[in-house]
Amino acid sequence: MTPAAVTVSAARATTTAAETHGFLSPTGVEIAFLLVGLVTFGAAIVTVTTKQLVHAALWLVVALGGLAVEYLLLTAEFIAWVQVLIYVGSVVVLLLFGLMLTRAPIGRSPDADSGNRWAALTVAIAAAGALVWVVVDAFRTTWIDLDGAAAGSTAVTGASLFQSWVLPFEALSVLLLAALVGAIVLSRKAKAKTKAEVEAEAKTKTPATASDTPRRDDVPRSDKEGAR
Amino acid sequence: MHLAYPAVLSALLFCTGLYGVLARRNAILVLMSVELMLNAVNLNLVAFDVWLSKTAQDALHSGQALTLFTIAVAAAEIGIGLAIVLAVHRNRGTADIDRLRDTAETDTDADGADDAGGAGTADADDDSEPARSEPAEKAEATP
Amino acid sequence: MTTTTLAVLVPLLPFLGAVAGLLLGRTAPGFVRPLAVLPSLAALGLAAVVAVRQGGEQAVDVATELTPTGSVPVELALHIDGFAALVAILVALVATCVQIYSTGYLRDDPRYPSYAALVSLFTSAMLLVVYSGDLMVLLVGWEIMGICSYFLVGHYWETPEARAASIKAFLVTKLGDVPFLIGLFALAADTGSFRITKVLGNVASGGLDHPTLIALLLLAGVAGKSAQFPLHTWLPDAMAGPTPVSALIHAATMVAAGVYFVARLLPVFAASAAALVVLAVMAAVTMAGSALAALAQDDIKRVLAYSTIGQLGYLTGALAVGDRGAAVFHLLTHGAFKALLFLAAGVIIHAAGTNSLAAMSRMKDLRARVPDAYWTTTVALLALAAIPPFSGFFSKEAVLGAAEHAATGHAESVPSAAGWIVLVAGLVTALLTAAYAMRLWLLAFHGHGTEAPDHGKQPVAMNSVLWVLALPSLALGLATGLLPDWFDGRNLTPTLTTAVLGTGVALVGGIVTYGAWQHTTAMAGRVPLGAVAAHPEADGGLVEAEAIASHGPAYGNVASAPDPADPGRLLLGPLHRHAAVGFHLDAVYAALFVRPVQAAATLVRFLDREVVDTYVRGAGALPRWLGAAVRRAQTGNVQTYVSALLAGTVVLVVAALLVATAGA
Repeated sequence: MTPAAVTVSAARATTTAAETHGFLSPTGVEIAFLLVGLVTFGAAIVTVTTKQLVHAALWLVVALGGLAVEYLLLTAEFIAWVQVLIYVGSVVVLLLFGLMLTRAPIGRSPDADSGNRWAALTVAIAAAGALVWVVVDAFRTTWIDLDGAAAGSTAVTGASLFQSWVLPFEALSVLLLAALVGAIVLSRKAKAKTKAEVEAEAKTKTPATASDTPRRDDVPRSDKEGAR
Repeated sequence: MHLAYPAVLSALLFCTGLYGVLARRNAILVLMSVELMLNAVNLNLVAFDVWLSKTAQDALHSGQALTLFTIAVAAAEIGIGLAIVLAVHRNRGTADIDRLRDTAETDTDADGADDAGGAGTADADDDSEPARSEPAEKAEATP
Repeated sequence: MTTTTLAVLVPLLPFLGAVAGLLLGRTAPGFVRPLAVLPSLAALGLAAVVAVRQGGEQAVDVATELTPTGSVPVELALHIDGFAALVAILVALVATCVQIYSTGYLRDDPRYPSYAALVSLFTSAMLLVVYSGDLMVLLVGWEIMGICSYFLVGHYWETPEARAASIKAFLVTKLGDVPFLIGLFALAADTGSFRITKVLGNVASGGLDHPTLIALLLLAGVAGKSAQFPLHTWLPDAMAGPTPVSALIHAATMVAAGVYFVARLLPVFAASAAALVVLAVMAAVTMAGSALAALAQDDIKRVLAYSTIGQLGYLTGALAVGDRGAAVFHLLTHGAFKALLFLAAGVIIHAAGTNSLAAMSRMKDLRARVPDAYWTTTVALLALAAIPPFSGFFSKEAVLGAAEHAATGHAESVPSAAGWIVLVAGLVTALLTAAYAMRLWLLAFHGHGTEAPDHGKQPVAMNSVLWVLALPSLALGLATGLLPDWFDGRNLTPTLTTAVLGTGVALVGGIVTYGAWQHTTAMAGRVPLGAVAAHPEADGGLVEAEAIASHGPAYGNVASAPDPADPGRLLLGPLHRHAAVGFHLDAVYAALFVRPVQAAATLVRFLDREVVDTYVRGAGALPRWLGAAVRRAQTGNVQTYVSALLAGTVVLVVAALLVATAGA
C-alpha cells in the first residue's frame, strides 16, 4: 500500500481525529511519550557512538528500558514486561559476557569506529530522512485512541497468542531449540576437535619431519596464523 | 496519541541502529546495533497494532504476536551471533569486522586469496583445522 | 539381361568395388587386390557386351526421374551411342590394365588399398560420364573424377612436389569448372532440359539463343579438364603422382573427358562459328607449344605429359573442324598408346632408378634390362609419331584429313580459317612429335656409359599389361574402315595429300633428331650427370617417389636438366630455356593470380590484425576497466558492502516513492 493510500484510508477512519487533535496541543500521554522517546533516542545515539564498549552495552540498557516504557504508554503491558525480561535481563547480559569473552578493553578505545563511519553516517541520515518524511507524510493525521480497554494487556495477548497463533508459537519453540543447539555446537565443537587434532598431529609429527612436503605445507600456514 | 510519535521514534531508532551496524568496528557492538534496529521495528509493530485494534477492530493482535516472535528470534539470533563472534575471536584473535577481509579480491595472488577465504569460512563455521594455534589457547585460558 | 541393365552395371561395379575396397582395406587386406581388379574386369566385359549389342545402331536412350528437382528436371539417363560404347571399352580396358599393373607397381605400398579404391571410384565416375545422358549426372561424374585426380596425384603426399601438384591440379581444373557449371545452366535455360538428346534436338531446331556464350563457357571447363591452353599447366605437375595414375587419369581417360564432352555436344559448339575458331586457336597453340615443351623436358613422364597435352590438342582440333568421328578415333588410339607409354615409363623408371632422361642417356643397355618395355615403347612411340601402319597414323591422318576438308571449305558450318589453323598446326606438331618421340627413344634406350643398375625382373603383372596395350596401339588402325559405322558415318581413311605430308614431316622430325643426337651424344661421356635411387628390391612406386623427390635437388628443377648432350637443346637453340619451363606460363600465372591473391591475403590479414582486432580489443578494454574497478570494490570489508547495499536501497525507495506520489 502506498503511503498516500494509507493516508487516505487512515484519514477516512479518523475523520474527526484530525480536527480535534492538533500537534500543538499534545495530551499528557503524548508529552510523556515524547520525553521518554527523546531519552531513548539519545541513549541509542550514545550506544552507537561511545568509545567505551562496556558503556555502549549499558546505554543500550537505557534505550531498551525506554522502549519498554513506550510500550507501557501504548498500553501494551505484556510486551513491555517481556521486553524488560528478555532484552534488559538476558540479551544485554549476554552481550556483556560476549564483550568480556572477546576481551574488549575497558575504558576508551580510540578505534571503536571503523573507517566506514562517514559512509555509514551518510546512509543512515539519508535513510532517516526518507523514513521520517514518508512516515510523517503518511500518518500526520492518524490518531490512536488509547482510551478504553488496554489493547495489549496480558489477557488479550495471551488469548490471541494461544488461539490464533498457536502453530507459529510452537514452530518458534523449535527455532529456539535449534538456536540453542547451534550455539552449543559452535562454541563447544572447536574444543573437542582441537584435542583430537592435537593428538593426531602429535602422532604424525615424527614422520612429518622426515619428509619435506608436509613441512613446507605447515610453515606458511603457521605464518598465516601469525599474521592474523 | 498521534501515530506519528511512535512511528517517527521508530524510524529514528532504526536509522541509529543502521549507523551502528555500518560504523562500528567491534562485532559485538554491531550486534547491539542490530538489537536496536529490531527494537525499532518492534515499536512500530506495537504502535500499529494498538491503532488497528482500536480503529479496525482487529482481534488477532497480529502486531503484538509478531513482536513477541521477533523478541524470541532476536534472542536466538544474539545467542548464535555471539557464538560465532566468539569462535571467530578464538581463531583470529580479533572480533573486529573490518579486519576479517579474507574474501577481498587481490590483484597479486588470486589463488592465495581464495585459499585463505576458504580456510577462513571453514574456521568460522566448524572451526576445523588450526585450532591449536596461539589464539585458541588464549581463548581457552580466558575463562 | 537387357542392354540397359548391363549398361547400368558398367559404372556401378567399379563403384561397389571402390566402396568395398575402402571398407575392407584395413580389416581384410587379402581382398583388396581382387576387389580392385575384378570389378574393372567385369566392367570391361560388360562394356564390350553393351558395345556389341548396341552395334553402332540406334542409340540406347533410357531415363528415369527420381524426384522433381525444380524447374529443369534432372534425370538418371543413359545415352549410349557408338561413341559412348567404344569410349567405355577404352576406359574399362585401360582401367583394368592399370589396376593389374598397380598390383605389381605398388605391391609394397602401405596405402595401396585406398589407392586401388580411388582408382576404382575414378573408373566408375569416368564410365558414368561416358554413359550419362543427362548433363547434371555427367557433371557429378566429372567432379568425382576431379577429386579422385586430386587424391591420386597427391598419393606421395610426403613429398612437397606431390602436395603442390595435387592442389594445383585441383584449383586449375576448378577454375575451369566454374564457368563450365554456369555454361551448363545457361544451356539448360536455353533448351529447357539437361538431357543430351533433348538439348541436341533443340539445337538442331535452332533453339539456342546464346550459342557463342554457352560454347565459350563450356570450353573453359573443357580446357581445364582436358589440359588445353591456357589451363594446361596442372598436367605436367600432376606427374608427381604414381605412374599408373598418370596412365589412367592424365593420359587415357580423364583428360579425354573434356574432348568427349565436346564431341557429345558438338552441335552446340558448331552452332557458333566463333566458338569453333576459338577452339581451333586453342588447339593450335596447345599442340605446337606443348610439343616444343616436350622436346625440352628431362623427366620422362613430363615429356609424356606434354605429349598428352599436344595429342589432346589434336582432338580439340578435330572437334574444331567439326569431325567428332576423327576426334574420338584419335581419342581411342591415343588412349591406348599413351597409357602404354606411361606404364612402360613406369617400368623404365623402376629399372633405371631415375626419371631423368639425362641420367638414362648415361646408362648402357637399359633396353636389355627391360625388353618388354623397350619393344612396347617402340611400338607406342611409332604410333605417337604417326608412322604407318601403326594406329596413331590412321587416327592422326583422320584428324588432318578433316582439317584439310574444312580448310578447303567442304565442311558446312565450319569456317575454313579453323581448318587452316588446325591443319598447319597439326603438321608442325607432327614434325615436333616425331622429334620428341625420337629423342625420348634414343635417350632412354640408347645411352652410353656405365651399366644400368640391376633391379631384377619386372613383375609379370606389369609386363603382360604392356603387351595387352601394345595390341591396339599396333592394330587399331585396321578398324578405320569399320569405325564410321559406329560414329557419324564420315569416312576416316587417310587422304593421300595429308598422309604423305604427315608422314613426311614426321620422318623429317625423326631423322633430324637422330642427326642431332649423333652430334651431341659424344658429349654425354664428358659431362657426368645423374642421380639414381637404387632400391633393387623395392616396388616401382617407391623408386618413382624417390626419383621425383630427388630430381629437383639433383638437377636444379623438376622439369629440366643441364645436360649439353641433350639433342633437344641443340634443336631448340635459345628456345630451349623457355620451353623447359613451359614458356613461363606458371610465372605468368604467379604474377597474374598468385601474387595478387597473396597480396590480398596479406591485406586481409593486416585488416584483421590491425583494424578489426583493434575494435575487438577496444570492446574488451572497457569491460576490463569496469571489471578492475569492480574488483577494487571487493575490499573484503563486509560493512562497506552493506553500506553500498543500503545506500542503493534508500535510493530505490526514494525513487519508488517519488514515482508513486507523482502518479497519485
